[in-house]
Amino acid sequence: MSPDLLKLIFGRLSIDSLPLHEPILVGTFAVVALGGTTLLGGLTYFRLWGYLWREWFTSVDHKRIGVMYMILGIVMLLRGFADALMMRAQQALAFGGSEGFLPSHHYDQVFTAHGVIMIFFVAMPLVTGLMNFVVPLQIGARDVSFPFLNNFSFWMTVGGAVLVMASLFIGEFARTGWLAYPPLSNIGYSPDVGVDYYIWGLQVAGVGTTLSGINLICTIVKLRCPGMTMMRMPVFTWTSLCTNVLIVASFPVLTVVLALLTLDRYVGTNFFTNDFGGSPMMYVNLIWIWGHPEVYILVLPAFGIFSEVTSTFSGKRLFGYTSMVYATVVITILSYLVWLHHFFTMGSGASVNSFFGITTMIISIPTGAKMFNWLFTMYRGRIRYELPMLWTIAFMLTFVLGGMTGVLLAVPPADFVLHNSLFLIAHFHNVIIGGVVFGAFAGINYWFPKAFGFKLDPFWGKLSFWFWVTGFYMAFMPLYVLGLMGVTRRLRVFDDPSLQIWFVIAAIGAGLVFLGILSMLMQFAVSFLKREQLKDVTGDPWDARTLEWATSSPPPDYNFAFTPVVHDNDAWWDMKKRGYQRPLTGFKPIHMPSSTGTGIILAGFATAMGFGLIWYIWWLAAASFIAMLAVGIGHTFNYHRDFDIPADDVIRAEDARTKLLAGAK
Amino acid sequence: MSRLKILALLPLAVALSGCNYVVLAPAGDIAAQQRDLVIISTVLMLLIVVPVMALTVLFAWRYRQSNTSARYEPEWDHSTSLELVIWSAPLLIIVCLGALTWMGTHLLDPYRTLGRIHADRAVDQSKAPLEVDVVALDWKWLFIYPDYGIATVNDLAAPVDRPINFRITASSVMNSFYIPALAGQIYAMPGMETKLHAVVNHAGTYKGFSANYSGAGFSGMHFNFQGLDDKGFDAWVAQAKSAGGSLGRADYLQLEKPSENEPVRRYGAVDADLYRLILNMCVETGKMCQSEMMAIDAKGGLGHEGLNNTLPLAYDKYARRGTALGPEPTFVAGTCTPDAPQGQTTAAIKAPLDTAPLLGAGLKRPTFAPLKSSSFFLGQRPKSNS
Repeated sequence: MSPDLLKLIFGRLSIDSLPLHEPILVGTFAVVALGGTTLLGGLTYFRLWGYLWREWFTSVDHKRIGVMYMILGIVMLLRGFADALMMRAQQALAFGGSEGFLPSHHYDQVFTAHGVIMIFFVAMPLVTGLMNFVVPLQIGARDVSFPFLNNFSFWMTVGGAVLVMASLFIGEFARTGWLAYPPLSNIGYSPDVGVDYYIWGLQVAGVGTTLSGINLICTIVKLRCPGMTMMRMPVFTWTSLCTNVLIVASFPVLTVVLALLTLDRYVGTNFFTNDFGGSPMMYVNLIWIWGHPEVYILVLPAFGIFSEVTSTFSGKRLFGYTSMVYATVVITILSYLVWLHHFFTMGSGASVNSFFGITTMIISIPTGAKMFNWLFTMYRGRIRYELPMLWTIAFMLTFVLGGMTGVLLAVPPADFVLHNSLFLIAHFHNVIIGGVVFGAFAGINYWFPKAFGFKLDPFWGKLSFWFWVTGFYMAFMPLYVLGLMGVTRRLRVFDDPSLQIWFVIAAIGAGLVFLGILSMLMQFAVSFLKREQLKDVTGDPWDARTLEWATSSPPPDYNFAFTPVVHDNDAWWDMKKRGYQRPLTGFKPIHMPSSTGTGIILAGFATAMGFGLIWYIWWLAAASFIAMLAVGIGHTFNYHRDFDIPADDVIRAEDARTKLLAGAK
Repeated sequence: MSRLKILALLPLAVALSGCNYVVLAPAGDIAAQQRDLVIISTVLMLLIVVPVMALTVLFAWRYRQSNTSARYEPEWDHSTSLELVIWSAPLLIIVCLGALTWMGTHLLDPYRTLGRIHADRAVDQSKAPLEVDVVALDWKWLFIYPDYGIATVNDLAAPVDRPINFRITASSVMNSFYIPALAGQIYAMPGMETKLHAVVNHAGTYKGFSANYSGAGFSGMHFNFQGLDDKGFDAWVAQAKSAGGSLGRADYLQLEKPSENEPVRRYGAVDADLYRLILNMCVETGKMCQSEMMAIDAKGGLGHEGLNNTLPLAYDKYARRGTALGPEPTFVAGTCTPDAPQGQTTAAIKAPLDTAPLLGAGLKRPTFAPLKSSSFFLGQRPKSNS
């Protein structure tokens, strides 16, 4: 075939794009291919495809979608953590003239992919998944406002993850650092597909995130059950609301800044080049105007989880509910006024730097107030040390350290000596692991029985907890120390042999965290095997306080047979206290949204379009785009969007629960 | 939890036994003041962090479920006076820290000329500061000493107690110029200039490097910074002078090509205008300097006619940076003047005194067509009637 024809069909893609010369990647591919084939074969053998398609992939049930988000987050955690292990190993080995085992071409992709995956495809899905699962239950709703949109959002997130994962075996990922600053990320210095994978992966996933943000705002604003005023919403719902407001206000900025970078890379505009009047600093400003709120997008829901957990396991009302809510709102607003603290060292004037430094510090005031509120919720409580509470205590001790180093970095002259150093790396892992990850784990352990009807195994859970916590301290305390020695981030090889010991300690810490992750997977497996022993029939295994515990575990498709009415902050606690009787008669048919495959199909085409654009396969991009439009328009003619669960089915489900509850007593 | 604490303290204990904490024990006055701020801020915050951590452990222990002797008040959820403390304690700390930040940031602004060279010594006005122009290249550092007419690659030296004025730029991508022992870092960015004022108080050899990832050769992008006494510095300058070699525009274009782990190089002579040409991104002959472009733009620009003042980009550090769908890459051509005939553009162009807007009528449409498919993206080319 002529080269022109090949180029027309395959764009930039050729046999050389496959990383056949990288033994690590070939090995990984072999393992993934083997595992993937086994999984797909197993699904086929057990004839699960139909079940998965009908009950999960096309489901618009917020609970199923929430669970799928969590699975996505945990799967991607394995990938992101494999990158982390490679980095720690490389940095522990590359001393005394040794080049380590990763050439710069590979190492630079690894640290970029680690950051991108951990933020966009681990932390975001975990947080979004929890919000998706919990919020409608907490506010006594049947589902989110736009159930189909919810399914579509999820699959767009998966589409982005697929593109990022594809870069592992087809072509390469960006070698720019996780925020891809130009000029380095511009076509002149990154002519390969790496940055294009980055751009389209984030754009596809970003559509999902933005739509899911809109969806959850609508849900919280419009679908609360009677009696649940704004100031009676559970704190997790409050933090979710604020997070989604942040998402809706900040993700468009990311979309735009990436679109401008795309124009620079594809059609030769000059937004972020120095020639022809562009400025790379504009990119840095814009990406952090998204990037800083992003940090709070992740951590606010975690704060909400800790509030629920502390209150439940202390057997006590949350201390200072009102100030908790106002603190959350203040953080939401202030998070837009601090972005410049990520680049004090780019030469802004002293007044600008001080302004952004001081606004940053001000955020620590509401955050500190929150910390005290949790503290005084524990005060005069009866604290039960179940797994969620253990994670919460670990969070409180860890997060204050991370917060302290964060405020330190907000002092511009201090930032001048610590910026870009491993001290900074230690800081943000301290708050993201200590805050978001611990929060997600507290949430998983807390709500798992609600989702599946049995608790998670405490033995493996505690093992995982101790491995994670000790591993975290061993991995990141050395980085604080190295930062004070003036060691900068993203280095591949080192000269000074006296530093090696610290990197070795950090690598051991990462190994412990790895054991923590394995223990958690074991925890899931063991819990599944012991599900009869760990069964929860009451629907309220923790003697909890909010509405999601008022229904069965797992909840029926319709969540609540009758929409609950709320009279107090801790609605379910209040109902229990006043001797609430579950209604046993009078069930009516329940109106519900129907499943649809449109979401997954649209996201599939969006992913294909991204792939086409990455590789300059223009026909594929155009065809996918047209297909997307066609499917989208076609979907508007789908008139089978809802159905009624017959009253008989409701009665059957509720009677079954009545029997279970009677048996439990 | 206590096990954790011990684990956390363990590295600290090992740490105190003889590692090089350059950030905490620097050799320059600016870095020393920054270190002081790091310590003062940390202590200030520990005032609240330590009680919070202690209370967490205390409450977690005291109010455990098995301790039935502890008071249990499940409905207690509000106390105005406590809330007042909760909000005002962090507020007070932040007020102190904020004041400190405002002062520190202004006093230690890297653009500010030094007022002192040490805590108890003012600047000696009789000695002029040492001027050093720094250029971050892929992946090495170029230092130009305009007062001495020398240049070095990956080798920097300064006399002890003499203020140093750095002017910093880059040739291609962003880097960050950082000598932890001397002063905090500041970014080096193409087409832009940042400044740093610093002084070294103790003789010695210190590490300097790029603190911002800049591509494949980033790890090898470090250099030694030597603090020397006056005699030692003169000898160092003489050594560079005697190294011979000169760094002109053509040599620079060779030098700026990407290379990794570069050894030290010295140039006995350097084109006096080189730094400004680099900063204005017009080392290549025939390219319009940014200063000139800005001077023209400040007067209203050349209008659509300016589009014609471009030439196809022939030289590039890497390869021709064409985009898939866009036009061929171009650059803005320098304009010819009697002082600076084509091919000898200079950065030292000042804005003309006549402030009437320039009109583009004099610019003729060139005979060649540098733009391939650009009219689609850039709009219809303006037709020239003249």
